[in-house]
Amino acid sequence: MIAFTLIPLISVVVLAFTDWNLVSGLGGITFNGIDNFVAIARDPGFWHAIGLTLVYVVVSVPLTVVLGLALGIALNRPLPGRAVLRAIFFLPYIVNVVAIGMTWLMLMNPKAGLVNQVLDAFGLQPGWFASSHWALPALIVMAVWGGVGYCSLIYLSALQDAPRQLYEAADIDGASAWSKFRVITWPSLLPTTIFLLVTLIIGASQGFGLIALITAGGPGDATTTISYYMYQTGFQFYRFGYASAIGLVTFVGVLVLTLLTWRAQRGRALND
Amino acid sequence: MTNKYSKWIWGVPLWILAIAFLAPFAWMISTALKPDVDAYKIPMQWIPDPFQWDNFSTVLSGATSVLPAFGRSVFVALLRVAGELITATMAGYAFARMSFKGRDKLFLLYLATAIIPAQLLLVPRFIYFQKLGLYDTLWALILPGMFTVLGTFLMRQFFVSQPAEFAEAARMDGANEWRVFTRIYLPLATPVMSALGILAFVWSWNDYETPLVLISNPDRYTLPLSLTNFVDEQGQIAPGLTMAASVISIVPVLIVFVVLQRRFIAAMTHTGIK
Repeated sequence: MIAFTLIPLISVVVLAFTDWNLVSGLGGITFNGIDNFVAIARDPGFWHAIGLTLVYVVVSVPLTVVLGLALGIALNRPLPGRAVLRAIFFLPYIVNVVAIGMTWLMLMNPKAGLVNQVLDAFGLQPGWFASSHWALPALIVMAVWGGVGYCSLIYLSALQDAPRQLYEAADIDGASAWSKFRVITWPSLLPTTIFLLVTLIIGASQGFGLIALITAGGPGDATTTISYYMYQTGFQFYRFGYASAIGLVTFVGVLVLTLLTWRAQRGRALND
Repeated sequence: MTNKYSKWIWGVPLWILAIAFLAPFAWMISTALKPDVDAYKIPMQWIPDPFQWDNFSTVLSGATSVLPAFGRSVFVALLRVAGELITATMAGYAFARMSFKGRDKLFLLYLATAIIPAQLLLVPRFIYFQKLGLYDTLWALILPGMFTVLGTFLMRQFFVSQPAEFAEAARMDGANEWRVFTRIYLPLATPVMSALGILAFVWSWNDYETPLVLISNPDRYTLPLSLTNFVDEQGQIAPGLTMAASVISIVPVLIVFVVLQRRFIAAMTHTGIK
């Protein structure tokens, strides 16, 4: 615990105030105060990556949660083969990112991939990972496909705890399905929603594996999200000091974003 | 509302959606079983013709075999699961049942470290493992993977929920703390331990980012990394081989998932964290 988390954590904070790369060796560590943070503020690459990450998070996370909620509600009904259905939607979640990434990369082949064969019927031929416009949307499609099953599963278990007698009372009052959802289901699912939002925001802003595998941040820098930018700075250019500073800034940023989500939702829950 | 037909009104669209959802997996299996020239055929050929196992025999034998990587993934996963179970039960028990100064504050502090993303710690880990000579060895994957905050948290919550009377009775009979832990509480904890074990196995099996950073020698690749062996320098993927190897990489988690589905899902929903 201390060896693998605490010491690295302290090191990251210290390294963030140094100018150090692999070539200069341990003796080459020089403290440069807040230079890294000043450099980050002026680094167009950093801001570009932040912008991309925001787009990615703001589109993929709510989409995943909303579709996961719809799916969770649907899977909570009596259905033929319900257990199998639940397992199917959850499947992408247990498969390693390389197998998934490779498959989608070929499925989204702009010329002959299955996805474009289907879209061709609608006159659409997006370039996906070959196009700087479509690479990020392609990643979002993959993220949503991979995440909805997980969300629906978490919602499903929350739905099973929903207050049954309230629904019965609402039925007696002749409430519509929509008003039952709005007044009973949604408030009782609020803690679950917050939890999912927070986890997905953290996940979407930290992972670099899929991007390293499929696009390497490209084409150009079209998919260089902040986590990939840090990976690139640290493990391809070996600028450890600067990479640590980027990591630290991102971490604090995500933390603030998470706390804000928490606060906003809590405020709303209290007002209801 | 729950008559025979309403079941199908929702069932049919959901099944259609589910089949569409499975299309990438179907494509994976189909491509693994056909020659590469047919991989991008228009229109898509779902049932391979000619049907062939060649891709599987290539990725399972000779220089291109993924079996050594498979073995390394098993080795890493087993040690990580064992380590996780040992550290989580012991730390969880200590935080739940033993009394020492500042215990609950320490536990909170411990929990707080869960919000630190693993990615942030990769840079110092990379450096330390290089200094310690562990970089580019499987131990770089195993050692930090042998405990998680989540595991300790799960076990602590379980031990807290157990009545303290058991321990008191045993202590009266002269049992020491270790005996109380191993003979009384640990046997009670097997369902939670198996749930945690499943999670730890899946985390380890699917981990790609850690080996990407900490392993560089292809002779030490774990399975997810080895799947990238079938991409040439120009970035051209060999469809059949990659998909055959991918299918092989999915089989173990799929077996765990199908056999232990109930427990698996309980584990996911209890922790709610990947």
